Amino acid sequence: MQTSTCQMVGECRMPEHAVLPQPLYREVVQFIEALPQKEGHLVTVLHKAQSVFGYLPIEVQQFVADHMEVPLAQVYGVVSFYTFFTMVPKGKHPISICMGTACFVKGADKVVHAFKEQLKIDIGDVTPDGKFSIDTLRCVGGCALAPIVMVGDKVYGNVTPGQVKKILADF
Amino acid sequence: MAATTQIKQLRIATRNCGFIDPESLDDYIALRGYEALAKVLTMTPAEVVEVIKTSGLRGRGGGGFPTGVKWGIALSNKADQKYMVCNADEGDPGAFMDRAVLEGDPHSVVEAMAIGGYAIGATLGAVYIRAEYPLAIKRLRLAIDDARAMGLLGKNIFGSGFDFDIEIKYGAGAFVCGEETALIRSMEGHRGEPVSKPPFPAQSGYWNKPTIVNNVETFANIPAIILKGADWFSSIGTATSKGTKVFALAGKIVNVGLVEVPMGTPLREVIFDIGGGCPDGKEFKAVQTGGPSGGALAHKDLDVAIDYESLIARKSMMGSGGMVVMDEDDCMVSVAKFFLDFTMDETCGKCTPCRIGSKRLYEILDKITKGHGTHADLARLKSLCEAIKDTALCGLGQTMPNPILSTMDTFAGEYEAHVTQKKCPAHVCTAMLTYTIDAAKCTGCTLCTKVCPVDCITGTKKQPHVIDASKCIKCGACYDKCKFDSVIKL
Ligand SMILES: Cc1cc2nc3c(=O)[nH]c(=O)nc-3n(C[C@H](O)[C@H](O)[C@H](O)COP(=O)(O)O)c2cc1C
Ligand code: SF4
Ligand code: SF4
Ligand code: SF4
Ligand code: FES
Repeated sequence: MQTSTCQMVGECRMPEHAVLPQPLYREVVQFIEALPQKEGHLVTVLHKAQSVFGYLPIEVQQFVADHMEVPLAQVYGVVSFYTFFTMVPKGKHPISICMGTACFVKGADKVVHAFKEQLKIDIGDVTPDGKFSIDTLRCVGGCALAPIVMVGDKVYGNVTPGQVKKILADF
Repeated sequence: MAATTQIKQLRIATRNCGFIDPESLDDYIALRGYEALAKVLTMTPAEVVEVIKTSGLRGRGGGGFPTGVKWGIALSNKADQKYMVCNADEGDPGAFMDRAVLEGDPHSVVEAMAIGGYAIGATLGAVYIRAEYPLAIKRLRLAIDDARAMGLLGKNIFGSGFDFDIEIKYGAGAFVCGEETALIRSMEGHRGEPVSKPPFPAQSGYWNKPTIVNNVETFANIPAIILKGADWFSSIGTATSKGTKVFALAGKIVNVGLVEVPMGTPLREVIFDIGGGCPDGKEFKAVQTGGPSGGALAHKDLDVAIDYESLIARKSMMGSGGMVVMDEDDCMVSVAKFFLDFTMDETCGKCTPCRIGSKRLYEILDKITKGHGTHADLARLKSLCEAIKDTALCGLGQTMPNPILSTMDTFAGEYEAHVTQKKCPAHVCTAMLTYTIDAAKCTGCTLCTKVCPVDCITGTKKQPHVIDASKCIKCGACYDKCKFDSVIKL
């Protein structure tokens, strides 16, 4: 399953205009101003911006580009390169299913399938009510408890397809 | 982390993990912490490099390059600024050695980086750590702050005139950033695309200055070597591989968790004596070492004495230490396909053999697992693998064919069954699978009819049931539910 690479099919639900609260922008500016220098810190700033806004729409990328004094294309290049950065908002409770090797041999693919069935959405998508989104990731280092599922900060280990309903009911 | 048995283990890199409070500098100091740094500052940098060379320590990040030799190159390269970098990207999915060290004993890495900095003449260090490890980040940050507050980092350490400080840089979920040139690009805030070598980072790396990149576990060995001596370290292990190696046991194994054993320990001891073999009485089938860059070792390899050379000789590699165990229920073609799905996703796209090649390899494997493979596909798979190995720019692309080549070699019969008989011997590939009910065993308990999502199982109570194969979606629910083992996979 392709989780990171843009296929340019235009189905990514990138919002046309994201109107985001001004105080959040101020938080990012303060962070940038506190850096020892700007050069070399683009990834650091994008980490901060994503933790503040939850995602990195074009408006935020433009804002970061302006304040870091680099072209927008460079910011977009970095954002689109790393799977950790997302240009679309996630669900209120983002579900991350580990598809690392250990989780895979312990049946993580069946767990992914069960989540897709239950929520009737695909990987990378958000439920229509905005409550859940599903993503896969590659190893959180908890392989001893494989397969691992995270919902927000909450970690579930040894997950079976049968437990999926119960996990969703926690939220 | 699940504790594993202590038998046959020897802990050097993980010597303090679990024994000290990782958030307490006092605890670390009580176990001779920072004594190695103090000792090193009374030696010349060349002497330090010599000790590491003599110890025979080789990089634990995968490549196995002699650490002392690497440091020597950076020492001899004159520059106004050099950098000591710790690679804590731990990209192999299914491995967690570095995470355990950083969470369990962060000061050992901090101390070792300062030692390395002194040895090569670097006053600045950086740790590149993956964002998926929040606890490790927190503890490392605390360790650096505490060390700085105690004067163990910063200006004029131990009054020696040596300055050293460490910054933390975060990964953002890209496997290729574990490759050292990509890692450096990423630390500079760019897309993490590898660049061709030479120049090697030891000549021109972070901000174009001589830079040494070492793995977390490599660093964790350094203070012990300085304190106990190069001869002590080189007395452990095999002729070419000294010391110990930490492995992360995961997958279908009873004792999941970390083990640290001397180099040269037979694979069998790790998997069976320490790991306890496969759970539920299942038959051991293979163990993947080296992650997506490595290969599968099988029964025939169990008596191999683990070291860098012996694993390469068996078409796998040491890698960073992930060991994912598979049992009789795993299909090796599907496992190879899983790894290709991974590399296809993680290729940085800079060079064609890797970007396009990964996709083509995946497509062929997908075709085989769907029951449409031919002998020509197997031949194509092999030649494409060889071509990619020879032409890809970085280690990611060059090693991507390994899981395919090694499984094609060791499990040739399984590939053969997929293409000629159109059968998956492990009953994993659903396209080639049929579920039926053994009428002799079926008690007619009706349980399976209740779980079948498409209602394709019929039969009267207490009479043998039947599956309508034309409607069955092969979900396996009946197989899991039947208490009498009457549902069989063919
Ligand atoms: C695709 C790829 C991924 C890598 N990932 C890692 C990694 O996650 N951690 C690591 O320490 N080394 C990794 N390496 C190896 C590094 O490039 C480098 O050789 C190593 O960090 C050097 O440290 P060492 O000599 O102490 O092993 C990777 C190499 C490649 C080609
Ligand atoms: S081999 Fe793959 S990962 Fe490495 S530079 Fe080429 S495309 Fe990028
Ligand atoms: S669950 Fe098993 S025993 Fe019961 S009806 Fe189905 S196949 Fe027969
Ligand atoms: S495998 Fe699934 S669909 Fe097929 S008979 Fe069993 S329960 Fe029904
Ligand atoms: S493979 Fe899933 S946590 Fe490591």
